[in-house]
Amino acid sequence: MTHILLTQVHKSFGPKQVLRGLDVSVAKGRSLVVIGGSGTGKSVMLKCLLGLMKPDQGNIAVGGQNVIGLKGDAQAAYLSRIGMLFQGAALFDSLKVWENVSFGLTHGNKMGRSISRSEARDIAISKLSQVGLSADVAELSPSELSGGMQKRVGLARAIAADPEIIFFDEPTTGLDPIMADVINNLIVDCVKRLGATTISITHDMASARKIADDIAMIYKGQIIWTGAAKDVDHSGNEYVDQFINGRAHGPIQMDVRRG
Amino acid sequence: MNPFQPIGRLVLGFLARTGHLAMFTGQALGQGLAPRYFFGQIASQFFRIGYTSLPVVALTAFFTGGALALQIYMGGSRFNAESLVASIVALGITRELGPVLAGLMVSGRVGASIAAELGTMRVTEQIDALTTLSTNPLKYLVGPRIIAAVISLPLLVAIGDTIGIFGGYIVGTRSLGLNEFAYLKSTADFLHLSDITSGLIKAAVFGFIIALMGCYHGFHSSGGAQGVGRATTNAVVSSAILILAANFLLTSLLFGD
Repeated sequence: MTHILLTQVHKSFGPKQVLRGLDVSVAKGRSLVVIGGSGTGKSVMLKCLLGLMKPDQGNIAVGGQNVIGLKGDAQAAYLSRIGMLFQGAALFDSLKVWENVSFGLTHGNKMGRSISRSEARDIAISKLSQVGLSADVAELSPSELSGGMQKRVGLARAIAADPEIIFFDEPTTGLDPIMADVINNLIVDCVKRLGATTISITHDMASARKIADDIAMIYKGQIIWTGAAKDVDHSGNEYVDQFINGRAHGPIQMDVRRG
Repeated sequence: MNPFQPIGRLVLGFLARTGHLAMFTGQALGQGLAPRYFFGQIASQFFRIGYTSLPVVALTAFFTGGALALQIYMGGSRFNAESLVASIVALGITRELGPVLAGLMVSGRVGASIAAELGTMRVTEQIDALTTLSTNPLKYLVGPRIIAAVISLPLLVAIGDTIGIFGGYIVGTRSLGLNEFAYLKSTADFLHLSDITSGLIKAAVFGFIIALMGCYHGFHSSGGAQGVGRATTNAVVSSAILILAANFLLTSLLFGD
């Protein structure tokens, strides 16, 4: 059963066309990883899905409901079903770690009811433990954490309200390979536990192979290949082959100016 | 190249920015000031905008009151009007210098800080994160800052007015040899309630301008550290210009015939 469906989504910024008829479909409980180079439209796709940008054309449906142009309570209700891990974690500097994790519960009413600070703190500590962080971390501020710990706190915040959908924006970018693998394992564990539908965007093929059920490759604002994660190494698509093998030569031409 | 092209581009750019600002102002008033209210945020902004600006405003007011007393005394002595020092200091401080100088000092201090904070939140995706956590950034970030600034500025100006008049009193009685009792009596006799309230009304408008400009430029910041720096500068410059322009308009409205 299709849970997330993007149909012929277009988005331009002035003369620059970023999405040119994007079609993406994710079945309920599946994990789709969208791979592609920088500037191919991955982040814009996620922002359109989150309602942070409005597509120029096309449809986006989640659970059969059109989610383009939602405002006010309808937007809040839609977003309450979603968790999001940002590339740089996007933790709020002015709040403690536990307040960051429980922010959606205390401020955004993601639980659908008001909860006390002590209840929110207990939930935050439980979520922090699910991502391998001790209760001691709860009282720290984000600036006191390493990059990997910030990502884990971001993951704890994303799963705090047990969302049915989670988006991951470059979850392993900027991390060392070991920490990247730790984050990948945590993502797989958390997603399995919640049974959530997920879309991740990444350039990191190790991450994509680990967390994906399905992989889609985006190039120039369109999906040019989709398949099961196990098939990505023999996709028969020369663009995919070039990308996953990290070759400079091939059909994908990078815009590199020579002095 | 058509010589009118750069002029046209400038005019169109100005109109686009004005329209953008007008839309943001509408959203800030319509959404940011409507329920639900984040009282913790409002309280912390009161502390930041009001309480922490107090030393700057107090020192500015004190020295301005003193300098004003010196200037009026020296100018007034040319036609034997030294006795007007107290009344002109009181009127000058309450009607003009108190609110304008407090507004400019707070815009440099608080407006810049709001733009830098929100700009950093924008470029590090914290504002997007708020939205994904079902929290309207206009209500959580913009509304509390506007509410706190609109209430804090008149309070700051009321304190600044008192300290400014006191500065004039100290200089007038200690340095210029004016009689203490006569100085206080002259101040009380000449100062009307409308002189004070007009300054406080101006202060509330200036508070709105400072918070709005800080939020607007921070909210629409882009391009990393350079963009945040640009937003901070633009917030201070635009709020200073708008404060001076609004001061002229308000003076015309409040004191014009």
